[in-house]
Amino acid sequence: MDYFIELFFSGLSRGAIYALIALGYTMVYGIIGLINFAHGEIYMIGAFTSFTVATILTILGLPLLAIIVLTGIAAVVWSASYGYTIEKIAYKPLRHAPRLSALISAIGMSMFLQNYVLLAQTSDFLPFPTLIPDFAFMEPIAHIVGSTDLVILITTTVSMIFLMVLIKYTRIGKAMRATAQDRTMAMLVGINVNRVISATFVIGSSMAAIGGLLIASHIGQINFYIGFLAGIKAFTAAVLGGIGSIPGAVLGSVVLGLTESFATGYVSSDYEDVFAFSLLVLILIFKPSGLLGKADTQKV
Amino acid sequence: MFTLQELKRSALISLWFVFLTFPIMVVKVNSIEKTVQWRWMNVVYVLVGSFVLSLLFRYFLYRKEQQSGEDEQQGDNTGRSLIHRLLIVPKYRNMIYGVLLGTAVVFPFLTSSYQVNIMTTALMYVVLGLGLNIVVGLAGLLDLGYVAFYAVGAYSYALLNYHFGLGFWAVLPIGGLLAAMFGILLGFPVLRLRGDYLAIVTLGFGEIIRLVLENWGGFSQGPSGISNISRPGFFGIELSLEMAIVYIYYLMVLFVIVTIFLVNRLQDSRLGRAWIALREDEIACQAMGIDKIKTKLAAFSLGALWAGIIGVVFAAKTTFINPASFTFLESAIILSIVVLGGMGSIIGVIIGALVLILLPEYLRALSEFRMLAFGAILVCMMVFRPQGIIASIRRTYTYKPRNRDEA
Repeated sequence: MDYFIELFFSGLSRGAIYALIALGYTMVYGIIGLINFAHGEIYMIGAFTSFTVATILTILGLPLLAIIVLTGIAAVVWSASYGYTIEKIAYKPLRHAPRLSALISAIGMSMFLQNYVLLAQTSDFLPFPTLIPDFAFMEPIAHIVGSTDLVILITTTVSMIFLMVLIKYTRIGKAMRATAQDRTMAMLVGINVNRVISATFVIGSSMAAIGGLLIASHIGQINFYIGFLAGIKAFTAAVLGGIGSIPGAVLGSVVLGLTESFATGYVSSDYEDVFAFSLLVLILIFKPSGLLGKADTQKV
Repeated sequence: MFTLQELKRSALISLWFVFLTFPIMVVKVNSIEKTVQWRWMNVVYVLVGSFVLSLLFRYFLYRKEQQSGEDEQQGDNTGRSLIHRLLIVPKYRNMIYGVLLGTAVVFPFLTSSYQVNIMTTALMYVVLGLGLNIVVGLAGLLDLGYVAFYAVGAYSYALLNYHFGLGFWAVLPIGGLLAAMFGILLGFPVLRLRGDYLAIVTLGFGEIIRLVLENWGGFSQGPSGISNISRPGFFGIELSLEMAIVYIYYLMVLFVIVTIFLVNRLQDSRLGRAWIALREDEIACQAMGIDKIKTKLAAFSLGALWAGIIGVVFAAKTTFINPASFTFLESAIILSIVVLGGMGSIIGVIIGALVLILLPEYLRALSEFRMLAFGAILVCMMVFRPQGIIASIRRTYTYKPRNRDEA
């Protein structure tokens, strides 16, 4: 039973991280109908920025709490800037081009960013400093639920609530929903669509940065290639939940995280990634609209 | 052309990029030895580089917008490049073909076997590019897992050779057909999907094949791969290593010629025109009575067939394969070839393959920037020139207004 609970919580925290990345996919898809293939790379850049900042701050000898806060801020700021810039360079000129052009451009961007980090930093796995200490009050259940898992779950929940409030109650959130529904109409009623799209990329990238920071300190090592796999898996989660739907992305991520965790725990860890990819293929074949998505009808 | 305002804007953009690249380009930390390395020179490079690039980026974007405006005014202008005009005249065309063929034939006698080896690789990518061109360029199905079919071909030769001692020529059709079968197997369920979903599913499929090859040790010998695969036989005569390299080179030249011939014929056939029509408008196509599933499956399996055949050649050429040769990057390279050359254009794809494979080989110093450049090429081509270096020319009927005197 302990093993089951352990797997459950590790799957839950895995799903929480996927959710942070999947939100970026789903929001961008909802607004401009593009699979932002470079999103995984933004997450990777978030992890690298936090690695750099956290190490410098550790050398300077700051208290742990200050390190965590400053690292988080740095990761969010830089990832959001990358998200903003990528949209301006690779997607904005293609807004009226066919869907496939934008997708190819996104793939190119992803390759570019991966190799940019590879060349500027290193191709080796880098050991990430432990930021989250083992809490004393977690001691009795530490063998089932790790402290990092707890932090991941809390951070993700807070981020989700923040996002929900942002989208439901603020002006920009309203503008986003309007743009997602009908871009032309939104433009007609005076919404600056370009700004809304930029905001979407910034918010999505910030979420991915938080995910990058959490996963890096959870797994303890980073590499230029982590974005690719995480990106594909988060995309799987977004599609599973119904792409374009925010609650769907969260639900899909949790389902994917649990599936992976149980599959690796009870079946075999060799095929961990195969499970995720097979799940993706199966959903797209049998229910492309996902769990919470609505099937879109094709207009002629 | 460049006003002060433009320059000021570029300066601001370059400052933005300095900020953006700061944690990745300038700082490099070592978390074990607790040292920080500041590479201040990179600030200068980024500053200058992004200044120039931002000017160029906006200049080309501006020119593209100008041009598309002009095109709309002039109606359909036939923006044909020099190569197209040369190829239209039969005399020049035959001359170019003759020269190319002559160069290809004497190439091994003029250069070392190292050069011949590189050229063989480039020719393999030409065929792979032409194969993917059927799927992506003609039928408009973005296939990101093309390398899976390549792997199927390579592994079918390696395994059949290892277990049953089958020769190259026996496996060549088997490998191709197996890959085509995989194409149909994958294509059948996924072809109902919309374009971008299809791309992701094929990507997933490619990764599944690679992961299975890596983990199913009993079947594929896992990450350590299969070695000592026999080279292609030459009427039962044992060839020396150098002779074998030249032999494979000539085989590839032959394959390229056959492929060009077949793809060219295919493009103008009923099936080829159905692909192009399907790419342009699926619904209109179905209304015209084109069987969508059958046409798409044909594209998928034909594309896969070529990948499978080249996979067999690849296994025979290197005599060693392992799953690491069949990563997503390989698919991305082949896709770059097709996109750079011009989707749907045969000459374009050939030039694209030669440029993308040969340039990094000869510019060794730049070879580590290869993948970086491929990524940048994909983005820039899509933004500035979606039709590729050499755009494919649509078959058109020319209508000559009759002279009044004759009438």
